[in-house]
Amino acid sequence: MIEEKDVEHIAMLADIGITKEELSEFTGKFNEILDYFDILDQVEETGASEQELANIFREDEIVPSLPRDEVLANTRDAEDGFFRAPRVM
Amino acid sequence: MASVTFSPDDRYNAFITTLSGAETGPGRLSGIPVAVKDNISTRGIPTTCASRILTGYIPPYDAHVVTLLKREGAAIVGKTNMDEFGMGTTTENSAFGPTLNPADPTRVPGGSSGGSAAAVASGMVRMALGTDTGGSIRCPAAFCGIVGLKPTYGRVSRYGLIAYANSLEQIGPMARNVEDVSLLMEVLTIHDPRDSTTIACPYRHTPDPTIRGLKIGVPEEFFGEGVDPRVASVVWEAITRLEAQGAEIVTCRMPSMAFALAAYYVTCTSEASSNLARFDGVRYGPQADTRRTWHESFQEQRREGFGTEVRRRIMLGTFALSSGYYGKYYAKAQAARQQVRNDFLRLFRTVDVIAGPTMPTVAFRLGEKTDPLSMYLSDVLTVPANLAGVPAISVPCGTSEGLPVGLQVMGQWFRDENVIDVAAACEQGVSS
Repeated sequence: MIEEKDVEHIAMLADIGITKEELSEFTGKFNEILDYFDILDQVEETGASEQELANIFREDEIVPSLPRDEVLANTRDAEDGFFRAPRVM
Repeated sequence: MASVTFSPDDRYNAFITTLSGAETGPGRLSGIPVAVKDNISTRGIPTTCASRILTGYIPPYDAHVVTLLKREGAAIVGKTNMDEFGMGTTTENSAFGPTLNPADPTRVPGGSSGGSAAAVASGMVRMALGTDTGGSIRCPAAFCGIVGLKPTYGRVSRYGLIAYANSLEQIGPMARNVEDVSLLMEVLTIHDPRDSTTIACPYRHTPDPTIRGLKIGVPEEFFGEGVDPRVASVVWEAITRLEAQGAEIVTCRMPSMAFALAAYYVTCTSEASSNLARFDGVRYGPQADTRRTWHESFQEQRREGFGTEVRRRIMLGTFALSSGYYGKYYAKAQAARQQVRNDFLRLFRTVDVIAGPTMPTVAFRLGEKTDPLSMYLSDVLTVPANLAGVPAISVPCGTSEGLPVGLQVMGQWFRDENVIDVAAACEQGVSS
């Protein structure tokens, strides 16, 4: 069983934003889903794949990237060719 | 360059964006109106993933599949409605309202590519692109009575697809018949080095309904608990017709089905929690408040921008990957996923394809399913193909309660041609 404070902590880790009013609903549904996931406890670790895998490599070639003005076109808050972002602290 | 007039009566709410004068050129799809799911990037055309968090976003580049459509002259006439970021089974989880099922507008079209399926089924377009992470092409194809193919993982480039769960999802064709799905598949399978999970394996094939001697495995688990007996009986009749057409039916077992759905939901939510971290309101979408701290601004953007189901899945994935729970959920899910792959490997030593229902029921009524877990459970028959990466098609095979039922055919890795052929045989059996 996880509790409301656990869901609040997960929401904080995921930067998802959760209101006090939403907590009990999310916690209830969370527990129903996690109860269902408990079926995975019965899975035995089988080790290596039976499938043969091969890596596929390519040359590291320089190709043109998107023009800066086109990339910045989707923000309203560009400054000197950069994105403006919120304060970190 | 010529253009195609497109001003549909969108009574089913199939589209988020329509384009009245789409350009068309020479090629195999010349003059054909094609709809594109709204999680596939289209240069200069808004792409929303049916989410408020992408309000105003206009991609500066085309997805590889969009480049390929244009190269063959297709007229891209609109972007279709979907469950937000592909998270849903009904197309009710959209910031633009639900899409209705053209077969019965009181029912859902299935999801998450419900807009693409409704646009095709209603005749507004001849073909459409969908994406399938856990059944999102096959479920709406089954519910709306059209054909939809999830290609083998690695056959179609995901470059420009806004990622939800990278290890599971594929872009694929949807149309009213197998021939058009096959034609679109030819166009989509041109190799793209920009998606490093693809290999050069072009699909060049004409559907061949001759299935004499083909071995079709039918796992008991596909007719187990939760599958509506009326749907099961329609699908069995279709399988019996395939037998009459010369196929050999082999009943078999797929024990990993017991864990497949849980493994799928742990995996897709884990991947989503990482992929959707990029939506922070800085580079696109509703703009971040730069006077506040990063976390305050980020949390506010995401609470307002994402719907409830998207927030639930991001949190579930964050939890499944968090310290102390990783071994219980994510590691176990990967072990279960390996068992699903091993089941397919074992079965494909004796059969050519595996068949069963696409969905356990016919289309739900709008608003009928509100509980997330019971919604997840309806994906039980479609997720194994995504976990294993095998190709899987849904083809109409009859009706139950007057509503379409889909036959699902799963094939061996990179043998999408086989599932197309069996679908063509099924189509022939239904029409004759």
